[in-house]
Amino acid sequence: MRPTMRGDTVEISVTVNGTAESNDVEPRTLLVYYLRDQLGLTGTNVGCDTSSCGACTIHVNGESVKSCTMLAVQADGEDITTIEGLAPSDDELHPMQDSFREHHGLQCGYCTPGMVMAAVSLLEENASPTEAEVREGLEGNLCRCTGYHNIVKAVLAASGQSVD
Amino acid sequence: MIPAAFDFKRAGSSDEAIALLGEYGDEAKLLAGGHSLLPMMKLRLAVPTVLVDIGRVEDLSYINDGGDHISIGALTRHRALETSDLLAADCPILSHVASKVGDPQVRHRGTLGGSLAHSDPASDLPAAVLALGGTLVAQGPNGSREIAASDFFTGYFESALTDDEMLTEVRVPKASGGWNYQKFNRRAQDWAIVGVAAVQVNGGTNVSLVNMGSTPLRAGSVEAALAGGSSAADAADAAAEGTEPPTDLNASPEYREHLARVLTRRALEAAGIS
Repeated sequence: MRPTMRGDTVEISVTVNGTAESNDVEPRTLLVYYLRDQLGLTGTNVGCDTSSCGACTIHVNGESVKSCTMLAVQADGEDITTIEGLAPSDDELHPMQDSFREHHGLQCGYCTPGMVMAAVSLLEENASPTEAEVREGLEGNLCRCTGYHNIVKAVLAASGQSVD
Repeated sequence: MIPAAFDFKRAGSSDEAIALLGEYGDEAKLLAGGHSLLPMMKLRLAVPTVLVDIGRVEDLSYINDGGDHISIGALTRHRALETSDLLAADCPILSHVASKVGDPQVRHRGTLGGSLAHSDPASDLPAAVLALGGTLVAQGPNGSREIAASDFFTGYFESALTDDEMLTEVRVPKASGGWNYQKFNRRAQDWAIVGVAAVQVNGGTNVSLVNMGSTPLRAGSVEAALAGGSSAADAADAAAEGTEPPTDLNASPEYREHLARVLTRRALEAAGIS
């Protein structure tokens, strides 16, 4: 038997995009790296890595969370959704994804997975937000192409409101 | 950025967490929502060798009506404070200040107890709890003790909690009179460059300051001036008295003193104090 070393792995069981996963992780593994490196779900991007930019936003039990600021061990037993799990099928986009495409809510696309996940969570909590509420509701997500205007339009349209 | 390696222990109850703290002493840190601790661990500003995860201690997430006060479990998330009907009716300053912390993603994970125990002098929630004259409940190996909010913040990122104690509850008086929180910053989701909370409670007006020293502070000179009959504008002139504001990229100490005076006047006026 080897001696116990600091940071011995811990087994976690999580549901990711509807699939039960069970893995050994180092306690210091951040959730975003577990998703990207261990599960191969690279749709979730790492941007600032300091919980500022929101590129790594996913859902934990339906709520938006920055996965660079959560340990994989904290996700044990939880229900995780990433951008890969949002669309109902391979042939169909989630209404928010569709709205981003329709209203050109992306330029380089790096912030897009996080923006879409944050926007879906926002509408879960406020089904018909005003434009100001959308802007405030997305304060945790940065778009360095500064394409905010069309992102806000896309979210308003996805909530069923008419936009110019 | 990856934290330094640590051992991971999960506590199922506050008793278990305190036993683990007793076992590992000052090498251990409690992990609640992790939104203050993990960023510091990623920067290696905090290097605990043991993390005790209390995120699953379910009986510490509640907002209860205690008659003249409201009792809030330490693991209550900011989002729950923000959306609480009880707080909206009987202690609106606390739910409003919670809605100003970070961004929605942060508020989905961060906890009231975690924010207070972290004792960041620039955080929002300590301002509300200080201005309200709240009471914090700490559980240790020999039972629980109450700590007045005004005695809780003892230094830069330091609190009155001992190594084997855990914050379990926060009690705030009901305060449905005038209140206001002025958070001055340059970008969304930033910490306050200076913040001021003002609230009418128990027949007086309390004022607290954020990022005006090594701890969040009560603005004693302002409160004394108001109690002595000064106008809000005159009392606000005393806001920077006795403070030692920090200097950083955003502001010099002199600028922070100016902000404290201006924001205090605005907070008092918006709280209906003239």
